[in-house]
Amino acid sequence: MAPRSPSARSAQKLFDPAILGRAALDAVTKLNPRTLARNPVIFVTEVVSLGVTVLWIRDLATSGGQALFSGQIAFWLWFTVLFANFAEAVAEGRGKAQADSMRRTRSDTVARRLATLDATATEAVEALSLREGDLVLCEPGDLIPSDGEVVRGIASVNESAVTGESAPVIRESGGDRSAVTGGTMVLSDRIVVRITAAPGASFLDRMIALVEGAERQKTPNELALSILLSGLTIIFLVVCVSLWPLASYSGTALSVTVLVALLVCLIPTTIGGLLSAIGIAGMDRLIRFNVVATSGRAVEAAGDVDTLLLDKTGTITFGNRMPSEFIAVGGVPEQDLAEAVLLASLSDETPEGRAIVALCRSRYGLAEADIAAATIVPFTAQTRISGLDVGGRELRKGAVESVLERVGIAPASAPADFRAAVDRIARTGGTPLAVSDGRRLLGVVHLKDTVKPDIRARFAELRAMGIRTVMVTGDNPVTAAAIAVEAGVDDFLAQAKPEDKLAYIRREQAGGRLIAMCGDGTNDAPALAQADVGVAMQTGTQAAREAGNMVDLDSDPTKLIEVVGIGKQLLMTRGSLTTFSIANDVAKYFAIIPALFVASFPQLAALNVMRLASPQSAILSAVVFNALIIVALIPLALRGVAYRPVGAAALLRRNLLIYGVGGLVAPFIGIKLIDLALSALHLA
Amino acid sequence: MTIVGWLQIAIVLFAVLAAAAPLGGYIARVMAGERTLLSPVLAPVERAFYAAMGVDPRREQGWRGYTLAMLAFSAAGFFSLYALQRLQAVLPLNPQGFDGVAPDLAFNTSLSFVTNTNWQNYSGETTMGNLVQMLGLTTHNFVSAATGLAVAFAVVRAFARSEAATLGNFWADLTRGTLYLLLPMAVVTALVMVALGVPQTLAGSVDAATLEGAKQALAIGPVASQEAIKELGTNGGGFFNANSAHPFEDPSVWTLMLQIWALLVIPVATVFAFGRAIGRPAEGRALLAAMGVVLLLGTAVVYGAECFGDPIVHALGVGAAGGNMEGKEVRFGQALSALFTAATTGTSTGAVATMHDSLTPLGGLVPLFNMLLGCITPGGVGSGLYGILVLAVVAVFVAGLMVGRTPEYLGKRIEAREMKLAMLAVLIYPPLVLGFTAASLLLKTGLDSLNNAGPHGLSEVLYAYASTTANNGSAFAGLNGNTPWFNTSLGIAMMLGRFAYLVPVLALAGSLAAKKKAPASAGTFPTDGPLFVGLLLGVIAILYLLQYFPALALGPVVEHFSMIAGQTY
Repeated sequence: MAPRSPSARSAQKLFDPAILGRAALDAVTKLNPRTLARNPVIFVTEVVSLGVTVLWIRDLATSGGQALFSGQIAFWLWFTVLFANFAEAVAEGRGKAQADSMRRTRSDTVARRLATLDATATEAVEALSLREGDLVLCEPGDLIPSDGEVVRGIASVNESAVTGESAPVIRESGGDRSAVTGGTMVLSDRIVVRITAAPGASFLDRMIALVEGAERQKTPNELALSILLSGLTIIFLVVCVSLWPLASYSGTALSVTVLVALLVCLIPTTIGGLLSAIGIAGMDRLIRFNVVATSGRAVEAAGDVDTLLLDKTGTITFGNRMPSEFIAVGGVPEQDLAEAVLLASLSDETPEGRAIVALCRSRYGLAEADIAAATIVPFTAQTRISGLDVGGRELRKGAVESVLERVGIAPASAPADFRAAVDRIARTGGTPLAVSDGRRLLGVVHLKDTVKPDIRARFAELRAMGIRTVMVTGDNPVTAAAIAVEAGVDDFLAQAKPEDKLAYIRREQAGGRLIAMCGDGTNDAPALAQADVGVAMQTGTQAAREAGNMVDLDSDPTKLIEVVGIGKQLLMTRGSLTTFSIANDVAKYFAIIPALFVASFPQLAALNVMRLASPQSAILSAVVFNALIIVALIPLALRGVAYRPVGAAALLRRNLLIYGVGGLVAPFIGIKLIDLALSALHLA
Repeated sequence: MTIVGWLQIAIVLFAVLAAAAPLGGYIARVMAGERTLLSPVLAPVERAFYAAMGVDPRREQGWRGYTLAMLAFSAAGFFSLYALQRLQAVLPLNPQGFDGVAPDLAFNTSLSFVTNTNWQNYSGETTMGNLVQMLGLTTHNFVSAATGLAVAFAVVRAFARSEAATLGNFWADLTRGTLYLLLPMAVVTALVMVALGVPQTLAGSVDAATLEGAKQALAIGPVASQEAIKELGTNGGGFFNANSAHPFEDPSVWTLMLQIWALLVIPVATVFAFGRAIGRPAEGRALLAAMGVVLLLGTAVVYGAECFGDPIVHALGVGAAGGNMEGKEVRFGQALSALFTAATTGTSTGAVATMHDSLTPLGGLVPLFNMLLGCITPGGVGSGLYGILVLAVVAVFVAGLMVGRTPEYLGKRIEAREMKLAMLAVLIYPPLVLGFTAASLLLKTGLDSLNNAGPHGLSEVLYAYASTTANNGSAFAGLNGNTPWFNTSLGIAMMLGRFAYLVPVLALAGSLAAKKKAPASAGTFPTDGPLFVGLLLGVIAILYLLQYFPALALGPVVEHFSMIAGQTY
């Protein structure tokens, strides 16, 4: 299993100076109203900024008194727009830098096309012109020109261009390891690859488009949030437009500049400016984690997952069975049994055999015996036992029935203590191995499917988050139940065939739950496609990779759990910043409303709880705060709100306190500080 | 404020809760078409009704069919009521011989009663004859409330059902609400009122000899029956212009307590019915808690502000001990007057036992704010429930993301379509309230209707549009609403405030009903505890304060600070 080590990619800093420089330029080009119209809140801000700029020019031409004020308002309104653009550009910039490096690996590849599978002559064609079904020959040192399937041969391939992992992997025709990815390099041997990707639609192309954000569409939740933000914008437009007659009735002639200032402070510019950056950064976090999602929708769905379908082997257990105890029977001392087991296993090169030897040494302090004179009896599928003959002893270990047959005891008449041990092991999900010396039964080795040590705690975390875990295994129900209890999963699917998985997913979905699973084989493909979040392993077949909506480049099934966390973090960041943004408005009102009307109603000075220096300074401070808070929150938007695996109620309480109450209080302090600075500088 | 005052408030509210819990169960059963205590008597009537109308109560409608039926029924109500008023002079049962009602006033009044607003730009005793009162206005007192209840249950079913295409049958809901709930309760309440001294007669007036020996004609009529449904149906249109402050509408403090009870009990019971119908009573209690907090806070502010009184008046040596008693009935006292004020505007009743125009600025801010919220604490019959459900959807969406899941409310995922419809509903209010207020203050015809200058004048106009848009119907008085501009614009505010709000709400219900109901887990946003109540209140407070803070600052808020500073306009 690939270590979950951060690849070179994740070493990239949050803020690279080169990215920041490019983002600053992009922020200006993004002022184009046609691109900005996608974001109604910032678009409105741009339109009114333009209006105030015109007013400022008028003020310059007519009287000098107002020009300093309207000029500053115009300046900060433009900066509000620019800061919002900048946030998006920084988020995109990090993806663009990655895309550039990927593009370099892909360009200029020349493929050697074969007319037929048996042809010997090849034709040199550009990789980009390859079509689906083309056959290409790849030899050591070649870059595989596009995605495909190995149809002949076996080769080791360096996939670091895609996965960031430099350890070579084996790719061979037939079976579940036949898929190859464009841009990866053949290290040894020669293979014939049938291209499966249309031009420009290869995995690498898709990944470049994804990290660049070129195909970015609003995800369902982002769309819903945009509707809320647009609705709030419309409401505040009505509030500000209708305020003018209300004010003039009350004896105050409001200038357009201050109404615009009020409008921009009220509409949710903070979340509006950061919304797309949050989405891009969420995808980016996933990519840094070496998981590629084919759509933002999949990332959101990951946050909503109710049930995780996890393969037992490799995810919940280590995948190979380990000895846990030796049980001596018929009065044989345990130490003697251990000695016999050691000898019987010395020639056993399977992982189980090696583990048994290791246990004999560590737990029973046995030294390795000399077996030069021994006759080795290898394991065969017919006999189902192995061992060796040494010094007149015939030591054997193997399947219980086979050993009993060898010692000549009918299973029903085996010694009681032997039968008890075998039953107990089988009941708890283990595998019993009988050990014999000649015609004497010595005891039983308990082989256990070892559950990963930290997995139980992680399932408990998931349960706290409200996520059920379901273990999928080919084991019989008894074994499966025992492991399920030990690992702490909520449910299990024993003797599972691919169609069982599919049926289970459908059943859960019918109950309104969202399911995530991972898989790699072709027979996993239907279930991967049916699941709401299907993570395909990069080492898996092309069919599996097509069916899933995420690909894990490290091929580590445990990452499913982290993927859920990343999805949740994305949604939480959006919610928290929305709450913060709306809560901020309260303080802005307390700054602006008394400032607007204090001339007509001096009594309203009572609402000036921040004791701001002057009406102009109050309005300007609110506008400046409104612009600066966007910049201040860019790191949070990109990094995401910290996620903790606790229940929804605890999470909500915590985030409400930080972003709700914090959002109420922070601007009171911020606006006051800006006001102090502005009056110290005599700017208002 | 006194302990006795708070005790009076507590007794009324306790009586409401005690009756509403079982009544909620009854409503849930009635609206589900199940057998109830009254079925042996009323079921044959119900069946005869369906047979006559050609309605199959089991044939359910999708949201479009439901909406069309509701709109068609309301439109028919509007046109028939308009015709009744215009043709009054030539129709029978008009003992006082009133003329036909003017076109703009008839337009306004028709919309007013069809929308359950009962805004009255006229004096009932001097404008409308018995035919209009009984056949027109009283009928709508029942069916407009039943319409609200029907829509509320369409929304309730949307949450209760999973992957459903239909929301119920509007005609059946309308019939059941009227027949099993409003009619029996109105009969009983009216009889109790008669027992407590409220007149009930078809005679036009009685003559009384005054102390000076002069003869005075005292208008009386079928007052008790009108009063019962006025409160139970959260209508608010009184028999007399002075409404519940009139001694024939409210002879004693006991009838006042009964009226407060009657106007609160069905809205509160509907929330209990909601919890029962979706199978999660705690969810209903959470919504009720949020409503209750606003109602209690409002009552406390009115009570406090009125007892504190007006320092300018007190400086003249008037009424310092009792606080501000202008526009209040001494027999009711400050506490129950405060509760009535908060309850009549927290529901969409709009009956008044206290002249709201005479409240202190902060005291007047409470009814105004209650109506700006859309009268949802606890709201009109039905309208309170669907109103707060829309806000709960918005609140869950804003804050629900913070738990890291696509927001869900009661197992229904809130996605783009739901958000669009909820925002459409929420968006109706600001343009109507603020837009019409702004227009009235710009127009000469608007300004001519004002009796007060300065901030109070602004409050009066704002109050009128808030009251009509929220279908409350209480008036701040001081504003002459019977002009073509106000009759028309207030009529439009009532119409759009009701129907332009209901259409997106029913569409939202249709969209939610079609969704799969997701089971709750530890990862689901909990919506039945104090945390959610606080959150809902926070979202409501911030969202609505932000919308109306500038207008309120120029009205009641500045008036309050002026009063403290001893300044008048």
